[in-house]
Amino acid sequence: MTDWPRIRSVGLSGLLVTFAEKMSEPANRAALAFRAAVEEQDWSEVSETSTSLVSTFVQFEVSQDAIAKMTDRLRGLLETRDWFAEALPAGRSLWHVPTVYGTDLAPQLEEAAEAAGLDPDVAIAELSQARVRVLTIGFAPGQPYMGELPPHWDIPRQQGLTKSVPPGSLVVAIRQLIIFTNASPTGWRHIGQTAFRTFRPGSAMPFPLSPGDELIFPSITRQEFDRIADDPTGGAEREALT
Amino acid sequence: MSGTLTILQAGPAMTIQDLGRPGYRAVGLTHGGAADPTALHEGAALLGQDPNSAALEMAGSGGSFEVDQDTRIALTGAQMQVNIDGEAIAWNASHLLPAGAKLTIGGARDGAYGYLHVGGGFDVVPVMESRSSHLAAGIGALLQSGETLPLGADKGGETNLTLPRDNRFGAERVRIVASMQTDAFDEATRQRFTETTFRRDARANRMGARMDHDAEGFTTGGQLTIVSEVITPGDIQITGDGAPFVLMCECQTTGGYPRIGTVIPCDLPIVAQAQPSAALQFEFVDLGEALAAETRHRADLAALPKRRQPLLRDPARIRDLLGYQLISGVVSATADPFEKEKT
Repeated sequence: MTDWPRIRSVGLSGLLVTFAEKMSEPANRAALAFRAAVEEQDWSEVSETSTSLVSTFVQFEVSQDAIAKMTDRLRGLLETRDWFAEALPAGRSLWHVPTVYGTDLAPQLEEAAEAAGLDPDVAIAELSQARVRVLTIGFAPGQPYMGELPPHWDIPRQQGLTKSVPPGSLVVAIRQLIIFTNASPTGWRHIGQTAFRTFRPGSAMPFPLSPGDELIFPSITRQEFDRIADDPTGGAEREALT
Repeated sequence: MSGTLTILQAGPAMTIQDLGRPGYRAVGLTHGGAADPTALHEGAALLGQDPNSAALEMAGSGGSFEVDQDTRIALTGAQMQVNIDGEAIAWNASHLLPAGAKLTIGGARDGAYGYLHVGGGFDVVPVMESRSSHLAAGIGALLQSGETLPLGADKGGETNLTLPRDNRFGAERVRIVASMQTDAFDEATRQRFTETTFRRDARANRMGARMDHDAEGFTTGGQLTIVSEVITPGDIQITGDGAPFVLMCECQTTGGYPRIGTVIPCDLPIVAQAQPSAALQFEFVDLGEALAAETRHRADLAALPKRRQPLLRDPARIRDLLGYQLISGVVSATADPFEKEKT
């Protein structure tokens, strides 16, 4: 027996089921699959569920009894299968998000390539073909943390902060990519620019991305980017994953 | 026919807030809403309406306002200097704001966030079922001078009612419960944390409030690299320099700094309303005590309408005293004047 998964209380908000101490692909998959299974149970007490990198959070009206009862239920559900071996939940999408690599729009491509030990052209070729998964959404609304890139992309965050990257920036560090929702300071390196808006308040689909979705960032020219720059979908195409 | 309120002069950080936008944590959006939800309940009780009615939240200081039709208003939260056309009126009370009169709200005296409520609430367009601005998420915006806000239809009711002042203003003791990472801090560190008197940093906002103190920082001993994990409002994260940071209603949904504990929801308005440099001390309570406090708080909110009292006005200061009908309507000295409003 290992210590994992662990069930811990989150203040007076609910319970957290954590599958591993560190980020890993199987632990992330387990958290996504477990959240889907909790949703499927349709327990009336549960008001909200979410995932972080390696955990599933279950929010409910907390009381002594409710905590004991929910802990038992979650344990019971955990025991029904090996969550690390579970498939990803159904209903996910694959997104193709056109991206300008480098240029004045994304000035840290070369720096990041060097940190990964690659020529800039090789780095662009790799990044534009890599297929990454939304590991979690957080920090800002709709903002995806995606991974994992191959091990040589395990590059640290830079020491100083970049004062501001614009919305739609594609940044890299620790084998992960982020598309920024809003203009923001960051320690991650700005390698690409998309016109993809990850949060579209007022639209029919305000949060286009969900945890578990997969993305590819095909390389486009600056001219093509200018053509799609004002389109909130950023020229992205979506296909259903089955 | 519903009216409008015009902001003649906007204070530095005014937004529209209701009770927030729950249900979107999975996609990165915290529930937001009023920094001091208790104040929304008080305003709703004073005006006899839904606590989720949108109100104007004023951080630090207010502004000046005008309505184009007679409008019931209520003022709650941090006490601010206030007058209508130069005549001082009571805070924590409801009033009738006549069309064309100028309502002026000044600086906060005993807290951080004041609220201006209107009968029917502000009828701005909801985004995802809530009228709350969530600036960190890019929903809504700071209100500006010259802006006009639509008023919802007011079903009407009394004014000149007041509520007793709540003890959350100037309170020092804030109850916290253990959370998922509390045991990452050793016993001595947790003890020192609860024995320290902190000062609320002047830069606090709707996302979080840093707690200043003079001694060394609080750490988990450095042995722990914590994977980014869910955040709930009230969580006290210990940032890189060892300073505690209480996460407020508009915080991020996940974070990698360890959390030493979580402020219980009914005490979070104490932190929100703490003035710059105000002293705050955190005290761990067990789950039973925390739940009992929450239950009491909910009962107190539900009982607010019963605690309303007629506002006593000094007749010498009423300019148009002779215009008031002072004797009719007195039916019984013992009847509950709010009986008929019970639902």
